[in-house]
This record gives sequence, C-alpha cells and structure tokens, in this order.
Amino acid sequence: MPNLLKFGPTVSLFAGALALSACASKAPKELPPEPGPATNTNTGAGSLGAVPGSQADFVQLMQGSDTIYFNTDRYDIDSSDQVALAKQAQWLARYPSKRATIEGHADERGTREYNLALGERRANAAKNYLVSLGIDASRLSTISYGKERPVALGSNEQAWAQNRRAVTVTID
Amino acid sequence: MKTAAIALLLASASFLGSPALAQVESSSPTVAAEPMVEETDPDGGLSVTVSDENEWQDLGIAITNFATDADVSTQTNAGSTAQLGRAISGVIASDLRNNGLFKPSGPSGLPDVPYPAVQSPDYPVWSSRSADMLVQGYVRAGAGGTLTVGCYLYDVALKQQLVKGGWQFGASDWRRAAHKCSDLIYSRLSGESPFFDSRIAYIAETGPKDRRMKRLAVMDSDGANHKYLTSGQATALTPRYSPDYQQILYLSYLNGQPSIYVYDLATDTQKLIARNTNPTFAPRWSPDGRWILYSMATGGNTDIYKISANGGSAQRLTDTPGIDIGGSFSPDGTRIVFESDRSGSQQIYVMNADGSNQRRISFFGGRSATPEWSPRGDQIAFTHIAGDLRIAVMRPDGGGFRYLTDAWQDEAPTWSPNGRIVQFFRTQRNSGETTIWQVDLTGRNERKLPTPVGASDPAWGPIRP
Repeated sequence: MPNLLKFGPTVSLFAGALALSACASKAPKELPPEPGPATNTNTGAGSLGAVPGSQADFVQLMQGSDTIYFNTDRYDIDSSDQVALAKQAQWLARYPSKRATIEGHADERGTREYNLALGERRANAAKNYLVSLGIDASRLSTISYGKERPVALGSNEQAWAQNRRAVTVTID
Repeated sequence: MKTAAIALLLASASFLGSPALAQVESSSPTVAAEPMVEETDPDGGLSVTVSDENEWQDLGIAITNFATDADVSTQTNAGSTAQLGRAISGVIASDLRNNGLFKPSGPSGLPDVPYPAVQSPDYPVWSSRSADMLVQGYVRAGAGGTLTVGCYLYDVALKQQLVKGGWQFGASDWRRAAHKCSDLIYSRLSGESPFFDSRIAYIAETGPKDRRMKRLAVMDSDGANHKYLTSGQATALTPRYSPDYQQILYLSYLNGQPSIYVYDLATDTQKLIARNTNPTFAPRWSPDGRWILYSMATGGNTDIYKISANGGSAQRLTDTPGIDIGGSFSPDGTRIVFESDRSGSQQIYVMNADGSNQRRISFFGGRSATPEWSPRGDQIAFTHIAGDLRIAVMRPDGGGFRYLTDAWQDEAPTWSPNGRIVQFFRTQRNSGETTIWQVDLTGRNERKLPTPVGASDPAWGPIRP
C-alpha cells in the first residue's frame, strides 16, 4: 500500500499499527471527539462501558474513523480513507462473527437518482477496500441513501464535504 | 384525435357503471343528439399557434357562472347545482389564468347568465364589456346522483359558437368536468393538445432536513384532490404514473434496500418489479405502458434494464463501467434518452429501445441529468448542473439548448401531456425545503403549485381517458 507513505501533516498514533489518521483537504469535518481516558484497545475491552464487539464499542473505538469522506462526484479511496478503513478492518478482524453495513451518501448538489447510484458506488468502494484487507465480503453489505440523509444541514462547501461519505455500521 | 378517444369511450358501455367522467350524448339544455365535442366553426374563428402567443394571450375571455335548470342539492362538496355551476366556472378561470396563457375575467363580477341563454348568448352585452371570447355553460342533476355539465365557447365579435362539449360524471369527479371544459377552450384557442384533465404523482415531504419524511402522493394537475398513498414509514422517491393511471412505479426503502415497486391504485397493493438483493432506482414506463425501465447497481456499477410490465426476465440495455441511469422513451417508443457518467461526468445519451447505437447528445459544458422526452417528441427537458441546478431543454439531436429556469436548485423535469409545460421541483438553500413549480416553454410563465406540504419529484401523467 504505497499510499500509506503519503502522510498528511499531522499524524496520531493509536494502538493499532495501521491506525494513522491523515489530514486531507477533502474532509473539513468536525474534530473527532477527545480521546477517552482509557482507550486501551489492546485489552479487547470496549471503552466507557460499551459491550466489546457491539456497535457502540465500534463507534467509540473508531473515533470518527467509522466514516470516510469523498470529493465531489468522486468515489476513490485515498490515503486518509485507507487509514480509517484499516482501523475498521482491525475491529472486524477481532470480531469475526460481526457483520456490517456500509451506508453511502452524497451531498445535496446533485440530482436525486444519480446521487442514489453515487452513494452506492461510494459504499462499494469502501466495501471493496475492506475486502482487500481480508474481511470476508459476505460479512459486508451496502446501502445507498443518496442525498436523502445529510448529517450536516447547511448549504455550503463544508456541509457538503461532511455529507459526501460512507459510514460503516456494525450489526448488533 | 381527441374525438376518437371520446368515441371509443362512448362505444363502451362500461362508463355508465364507472366513476370516471363520461362524454354525454346531449350537450345542450334542450334535447339534442349529436357528437359531443365538435368544432362548430372549423374554418372561422382563430387559427393561431402557441408561437404566436401574444396574439391570443391578450384575448379578453369572459367566463360566466354556469347556469342550472333547477337548483337542487348534489352529492358534491361544492353544494347545490347552482353552487356547483359557480365552482366549475371558478376552476375553469383558475386553469386558464394560472397557466399564464390567458387573462380571463370572471366568473365573479360578471352578470349571471340565465339557463335558457346558455346556448343563445346576449352578444351585444358582452361586446359592450369588451369581451372577445365568452364561456357559458350549465349544470344539470340527473338520476342516481349523476351530473351533466355543458360547456360553450363563443366568439363575441363573430357572434358564433366556436366549440362546445358536455360530460356526465359522478359527484366526486366534478372538477374533471371543469378541466375538460378548460381543455376544450385551451385547445380551440391555441391549437394545442389538451392537458388540464390530468394527474400528478409526487413525493410529499415533511420534517427537518436530516429526518425528512417522504411519502408517495397524488393530485390533480391543479393541486386539487390531493391524496397520500404511503404512510411515510419507509422513504418513498421518484414516482411515475402508468399511462393508464392504474399503477405507479416508485422507489421505496420498505425492505431496507432501495427498490422499485409497482403500486396498484385499484387495490392499494404493491409488488417488487425485480426480485433480487441489488438496489434498483429510477423507474420509467414506456409510452404504451408495456415496458418498464429501471436502473440497478451491481458492485457499485449501475446499468439500465428493461422488463415487461407483466414480468418475465429483464434485458440489460447498458454495459459500460460507470453509472447509466434513468431513461425516457421517445413518444413512438423506438428510442430512449438516458443519463450516463461514462465520459467522466453526468451527460445525456440516446440509444435505440433495444440498447443499440448509444451516443452522447449533450455537449455544452457542465453536467446534464434526468432527461425526459417530450410527449410531442420535439424536445428533451433535463437538469443542467453548473454550480446551480437549472431546468433546460434541447432538441433530441442535442441542439437548441436553452434554460427554462434560473434558481439555486431546480431538478427533475416532467412534461405536461401536451408537451408545452414542464414541472420540476425546487429546493431552498439551507432549509432544503422543496416545492413543485411549472414553467412553459417560453420560460416566462413560471408558478408554484399549491401542495399541502413540501413536494418533490413530480411525475405528470397523460390526459385522462
């Protein structure tokens, strides 16, 4: 994965070897939540009381890496997406009986039907990358919400960047 | 053309038992047995086309309250026959006024026409009021709650009847009689095909932007007779009325995955059109209702498929990498205009109905999406994306590009049955509130449709049978 060599300006190191978070211009998202007091993922125990292997555990441990972001009309997995997906893959590898759905989304500045197909394409790009990291394809499903479920409600570049996303949701 | 359709209806006895509007044999207060819709003066009167709109737009059309032979109660929500006559005249005046094509006067403020004068207008009175055209009519109650409406258009200067029509209908269909009269007047004066007596399927939207409820809904072309068809529990999108108004294709998240269903209006039941685990989008009917187009994503790659409306196996029409989606048949059913990003961005392509001979037709910068072939065949309406989303039209050969609207976000055009008006939906910046609008081909007459809540994805059906 040569792309991993292209680190962004800030690098945070977490427990996992692949848990690198690179800053990218395409994702001016909100800052991830402050790291919890005891996020020792090597224990296998979930942080803050979440049941290990649960979706709540996944969300807490991902610290925002459950979501990857895309440029306008694009669906390529860039280096920062790879870092996030590697972190997801680690978790999925730790809980091999868990399944996950990847939700693909688009921003509001496109036509409704095309955005449904675009969201599906983004979700599939994320799925294919997880599969390339060794996650069994049968554990992963995709669903597109097009532009129908924004998380950022404004009509500006920053909001649109947050809405062009693929979110991995594990199934409890 | 219209007369043929009506003759067919007359030939069938089934209309007697049906709630649908029936053309009646007798159109006049006095007994008369003659064809119902006729051009009483085919050579005289006006012979203008929509391109000369200024000529007929300035016509003074007086629309009078429809008279009745006996003011009796009806089962309509309008009241007695006299009240119904006033309501029908009001609908006709609204139809003609709201579409920006005419500037009618009345019915309020105009003298009442006594029932016996419906067929013998007092021309000097209307001449002195500077009316060029005069609309009169009547309402009569019949047996079993049926109602009969007669509609007459007169040329005041020529002192001549230009056209007349009559319809028998059940109480709940009274607005259709008004729309039929509007269509008669519009067609006679403009030379265009009718469009008022038609319905629209759309998506009703309520709630905040991130938790918006989207329900399948239907309404008349003027927004009346509104009805929700789904509860909103599952998000519904992109409906399309079948040409016979019996079914609606639409997308629903009912089973989790977005899938195309066909909703049967008579039974209020629905079924999947393609039973598989892949998501399906963008349903479309062929003009004859025999074929359905849908788009299906497989591994992130979306292609267009064609399947018989009766089921069977689907035929894949596109196979390029990328998103091929949508599709709208030419009126003769031989070609399909569709959207593809195979070139790197959304553009518009045309292919034969079997998928052969695919070629791009949009070459004017920006992105082009959601093409819809006009029922007249001469234009393709689409969404043009260059920063803002705007409604535009072009010829089927890709020439003649021009914008019809200029707003922050207008998308998803649908044609009026006669191909003269385009409806679309407009999204408000930030709030994301949606409304349905329509604009005529001049781009000048734009107006918002009245809907009870937010509204998107309009799909205009054909003129009603």
